[in-house]
Amino acid sequence: MVMDAPKTIEFPVIETRALTMRYGDRLIQKNLNFKVNQGDIFVIMGGSGCGKSTLLKHLIGLNSPAEGDIVYNGESYISADEQSRQQMRQRWGITFQSGALFSDMTLAENVALPLRHAGAHRSEIRDIVHYKLSLVGLGGYEDYFPSQISGGMCKRAGLARAIALDPEILFFDEPSAGLDPLSARRLDDLILHLRDSIGTTVVIVTHELASMFAIASNGIFLDAVTKTALDHGDPNWLKEHSREAIVRSFLARGETEGSQL
Amino acid sequence: MDTDFLIDFSDLNAPVVYLAGAWVTGKQLPEVRIIQEAICTCINTVFLVPGDNFEWDSRLLAFILAAERLCQEHQKKLDISAFPESVQQLYDLAKAVPPNISSPEESHNHWTFLKSFWVGAIETLGFIGEMCIAVGRLFAGRSHMRAVDLLFCLNQAGPKALGILSLLSVLVGMILAYLGMIQLSQFGAEVYVANLVALGMVREMGSLMTAVIMAGRTGAAWASELGAMQVNEEVDALKTMGIRPMDFLVMPRLLAMAIAMPLLSAYSFILGMIGGGVMTTGMEMTLRMYLHQLLQSFSPGDVLAGCFKGFIFGLLIVLAGCQSGMNCRGSSAAVGEATTRAVVQAIVYFVIADAALNLMFYKLGI
Ligand SMILES: Nc1ncnc2c1ncn2[C@@H]1O[C@H](COP(=O)(O)OP(=O)(O)OP(=O)(O)O)[C@@H](O)[C@H]1O
Ligand SMILES: [Mg+2]
Repeated sequence: MVMDAPKTIEFPVIETRALTMRYGDRLIQKNLNFKVNQGDIFVIMGGSGCGKSTLLKHLIGLNSPAEGDIVYNGESYISADEQSRQQMRQRWGITFQSGALFSDMTLAENVALPLRHAGAHRSEIRDIVHYKLSLVGLGGYEDYFPSQISGGMCKRAGLARAIALDPEILFFDEPSAGLDPLSARRLDDLILHLRDSIGTTVVIVTHELASMFAIASNGIFLDAVTKTALDHGDPNWLKEHSREAIVRSFLARGETEGSQL
Repeated sequence: MDTDFLIDFSDLNAPVVYLAGAWVTGKQLPEVRIIQEAICTCINTVFLVPGDNFEWDSRLLAFILAAERLCQEHQKKLDISAFPESVQQLYDLAKAVPPNISSPEESHNHWTFLKSFWVGAIETLGFIGEMCIAVGRLFAGRSHMRAVDLLFCLNQAGPKALGILSLLSVLVGMILAYLGMIQLSQFGAEVYVANLVALGMVREMGSLMTAVIMAGRTGAAWASELGAMQVNEEVDALKTMGIRPMDFLVMPRLLAMAIAMPLLSAYSFILGMIGGGVMTTGMEMTLRMYLHQLLQSFSPGDVLAGCFKGFIFGLLIVLAGCQSGMNCRGSSAAVGEATTRAVVQAIVYFVIADAALNLMFYKLGI
């Protein structure tokens, strides 16, 4: 893939308009309005079960919203036809909470799959695969099967697969859960690096306050009780200045009692 | 030490319940209902107080929480301030987050069974439609299927099943021959055993046995494989890469079955006839007679009809297996269910399809 020069920012990369999410009749979150700009590291915060993973699934088009719209670079995903959806999706990289590696393929084949699907050349695939695996610290594990490596390694391999195509937007569900502190730190560095070098926009669901403060530049706080967003903004700023006490205490917890939310 | 309790009604407006003895797991504890009376008489608060020789563990807290629920039902309060600090802390912790009041989704429809049957039927039709579209894409050359996967599935659906298929086909052939021999010898018509074996295997038993074996072996394996992929979010990962799961996962299996089943059925016919031959020559017929009669007893049309049945059964195995696998939601328990459903559904499909095909062949005079 050839890198384009950074585009002039006309539209936010992602924008939701009055997004309402349901499972059947059950309301999960309503009336979400937020924008994610080019180069943002956008974090989705909130207590357990408030609908963070659900929001992510909506953003990547796995679930469709009950009401409202999701707009990518000014183009509505909801009203787009299958072909333009496909094109939008090819610019995304997604890592799942569990890694979601294909268990009957080696790590190399896993990472190669999106490349092959995008029509990359056989000879370059091998080199790219090696490079991406090295980026996540898994160089030399090409021929291992997912069942032969640890959970944290699966997660990193999932990341390697997600960044195989140099995505414009990276979606993460709980990237650092299950990683040791050092790997978690490395992951944060990697994310920052991807943002700085190729301008990737990153959307993260995370519970790790430390990494939230270290990398996030913007975010949204979902609440399970009112079933809507309580506040938006940079977590570092929200921690001191949020108008909602719940948000402040959620974020302050990290300093007083360790991140145990 | 025994568990005991005592209710002090000396102040009718504020009854005090003394919990004495060991309130621990494993003892016969009184039920919460014992404080019902206290709740009914009090004005607004029931006092729970530790009595003599008081001992406690989680069981006590379980009791207190239950008592509290009972109090709430009667719009009364429960006071436990006389208990040790640690009990109160645990109690506060348990009460910190109000319990969820909504219940897991369950339809309260009296026609649940019919409705789920209806929904299932619609979903199956939808799945068939998607499969047809995917086949169309395949022939248009725009499918995401990988040749490697097809070979892999072919291997699963073919060579690996040969052993058990051979065994069962030979046995079925022998059984047919044995039954026929016993009955037909009463009329001195032993020679027609060959007809019975040939037609029985080719028109009915061969493809049906093959299908049942393949449904239990390969169909079930595929259902659990796809189910596990679904649960493990692998299918979601595929979708987000822009790869259609229908093409990538279902098509290789469909093609593999469509190729393997007619061949396996034909193989089963032959082995069944061999089995029949072994049985009859072991009884009172020569091999020559058997072969002579056998070759006269069926036409190429019969073989084609039998193989066509096998082909249809193969499609049904894939339909049942892949659909229940792809519809798997949630947990590892769902994978087990999907596997069961794949086999049961496939067998129901076989019976229906077999009847329909026989009727069709009859009307067409094949
Ligand atoms: N497939 C589903 N069908 C029905 N309800 C669901 C489904 N998935 C999740 N839910 C419900 O939606 C709510 C939000 O779930 P979600 O997984 O989005 O939470 P979360 O914020 O990601 O939580 P966590 O931080 O624990 O991962 C939960 O209450 C859950 O019960
Ligand atoms: Mg989640």
